[in-house]
Amino acid sequence: MTVSTETRKLPTWVAGILPVILLIVLVLLFLNTDPLSVFTDSAPPVEELTLQRMILDDEGFELHIINSGPDPVTIAQVLVDDAYWRFDIEDTELERLESGVLRVPYPWVEGEAHEIVVITNSGATFPFEVEVAVATPETDATQFRNYALLGFFIGIVPVVLGLMWYPFLRTIDRRWLNFALALTVGLLVFLAVDTILEALEIAAEVPGTFQGEPLVFLLTIVTLLAILAVGDAFNAGDSRLFLAYMIALGIGLHNLGEGLAVGAAFALGQISLGSFLVVGFTLHNITEGIGIAAPVASQRPRLYHFVLLALLAGGPAILGTWIGGFAFNPLWAVVFLSIGAGAILQVVYEVSRLILRDSQRRDVEPVSVLNLSGFVLGIAIMYFTAFLVA
Amino acid sequence: MKSVSRRNFLFGSASAGLIALGSRILGSDGGTTGPAQGGDDYGSHGIHSGDLFGAMGEVDHERNGFHPRDILTDFNYGDNVYEDNGQTVREYNFVAIDKEIEIAPGIFFPAWTYNGRIPGPTIRCTEGDRIRINFVNAGVHPHTIHFHGIHSAAMDGVPAMPGMPFDMVGPGMIQSGDSFTYEFDARPFGCHLYHCHSIPLKRHIHKGLYGAFIVDPPEERPPAKELMMMMNAFDTNFDGDNEVYAVNSIAFAYVNDPIQIGVDELVRLYLINITEFDPINSIHIHAEFFDYYDHGTTLEPTLRTVDTIMQTQAQRGILEFSYGIPGMYMFHAHQSEFAELGWMGMFHVMGEGDSHDS
Repeated sequence: MTVSTETRKLPTWVAGILPVILLIVLVLLFLNTDPLSVFTDSAPPVEELTLQRMILDDEGFELHIINSGPDPVTIAQVLVDDAYWRFDIEDTELERLESGVLRVPYPWVEGEAHEIVVITNSGATFPFEVEVAVATPETDATQFRNYALLGFFIGIVPVVLGLMWYPFLRTIDRRWLNFALALTVGLLVFLAVDTILEALEIAAEVPGTFQGEPLVFLLTIVTLLAILAVGDAFNAGDSRLFLAYMIALGIGLHNLGEGLAVGAAFALGQISLGSFLVVGFTLHNITEGIGIAAPVASQRPRLYHFVLLALLAGGPAILGTWIGGFAFNPLWAVVFLSIGAGAILQVVYEVSRLILRDSQRRDVEPVSVLNLSGFVLGIAIMYFTAFLVA
Repeated sequence: MKSVSRRNFLFGSASAGLIALGSRILGSDGGTTGPAQGGDDYGSHGIHSGDLFGAMGEVDHERNGFHPRDILTDFNYGDNVYEDNGQTVREYNFVAIDKEIEIAPGIFFPAWTYNGRIPGPTIRCTEGDRIRINFVNAGVHPHTIHFHGIHSAAMDGVPAMPGMPFDMVGPGMIQSGDSFTYEFDARPFGCHLYHCHSIPLKRHIHKGLYGAFIVDPPEERPPAKELMMMMNAFDTNFDGDNEVYAVNSIAFAYVNDPIQIGVDELVRLYLINITEFDPINSIHIHAEFFDYYDHGTTLEPTLRTVDTIMQTQAQRGILEFSYGIPGMYMFHAHQSEFAELGWMGMFHVMGEGDSHDS
């Protein structure tokens, strides 16, 4: 039997928009009548305050806090080291996701620990620790230069040194070049794991609303797929130079994260940056240069490409130390690191494919003893040099 | 001029580091939007702890329904007093009420109270008087009143033990909505206290169910300016650790509103410790020494010429002292932590010419 669909069918646009309209009506109804108030009436407010950034200067403490809970929070008093203390904040009531700057004049003691506790009007307490009190670096030219130098040693120096193996890589035969590529995969796998763990660690400090931990995995996956798609679109061929740039980008984002961590830790007084630690980072990151150079060993890129590659891979470390030292924000750190992890995973895929195709062409096992040794050596170098900086 | 000298005094006693800060905020009243500056209808005395140290803002005593200044001297000789067979009978009406109390500026504590205040009414009588407490439990939880004094087991205000007769253990916990009349002769004379003895005991005490029970000796003590201070504390986040310490509940109350006493005036201070969670509490008075009567059960001091004593929970005693030199004198727990968490106050010792309302 046939039914005339002409008369029954709604216009497509109406069918598309109807659920949206109904949803709006439902939301408005809910907000106005609150039919489920029985569930909320007797419940105590859920209060949550998250510290985003703490600044120590010669006036005292400055805490950048955000209300990360579902209910408004009213700040009643502030304790410093178990003593009521004066404080100043624009508005003592923070709405959901509203942030505020809490200033507490206090004669803090350099090198010692302090604890600042915020007490809300309901008596709930939120402790914020200063593990080691040191003055937060001021954003003046000297400090900018110092942090840039720090990033330079962590990022650019090792990458440049590693890239200088390029002439040597050109002289070795194909089997050993694949060994070098396998080594690159190994170090990239280490970096991916390291970056994801770092991101997860910082994600714990992100206000719950932003779902830090899921964000790490989702951004990593999305980035991986996005770069794959972009790579396919713009790089139909197998430009090894393009691959080198992608590796440099992934490593650069990783180094951004490393710079963030070091800059923030230094600014918070959590580590003292002796020469040993800086040398450790240089050794740890030197393999990254090899990783970038290996795919283009069979080619002859112009010198400026190497300069750009070094800047792309190492430069973000400087950016990282700046952000970490002067304007650390856990949410953005998580975003950068997750994108970095995705980018690294993408180059793991690409470099592996390079080895695979070369092996197929020469009709040998891709997972040869030599390649496997390279992979394991790559991981081992990263693992053991990490001892120097852990 | 006077307020300047007071400030100088406070500068001298506050943390030196704070002064070193030379903070732009220091000493300024404006520009901060701390907790609501509650209605202090008792008049300003020109000193607020918030100016230099301590909590920000002021407690709304009107909203609380009691003022710490009144608690000091609010001795209750009975809601209904009459003679019966040559014995003075003092009847009191006690109601357990659940009530939110602002214990420090802006911090609200879900308290359990006797008659809506912490500490509860200060019972004042003479040794041998008949005391009758008509107790109504209007709270949600079962409560009792347990007096420190000499009385029968039935009037001891403790939870009942199953299977024991009334005269061996009394009525047990008075359930929500129920009532009971505690009755006994007041003895021995001294500085005593009462508190709820329901279980869980820690919670029933630290929630605010306690008060002073002062029994005068038949032969009167010498005339003096008499004050009652109950050292207490509040665990606002219920982690078994106190966030606020005080005497008579309100943190820094007598810093904001110093206690006025005259030069050479004898002061008799009834001091009781009910602080939960901490093993001891203490008092230290600045620049003067006192005689101490432990439990107040003797007419001769048990300790002479001291300026610091400590008390375990429910320990109490009487301090007697007088100041010879006008000025502002601190008194506080000499656990510095307690002092900076609210248990700190000031005596304003006034000379002949000083006005009491400056």
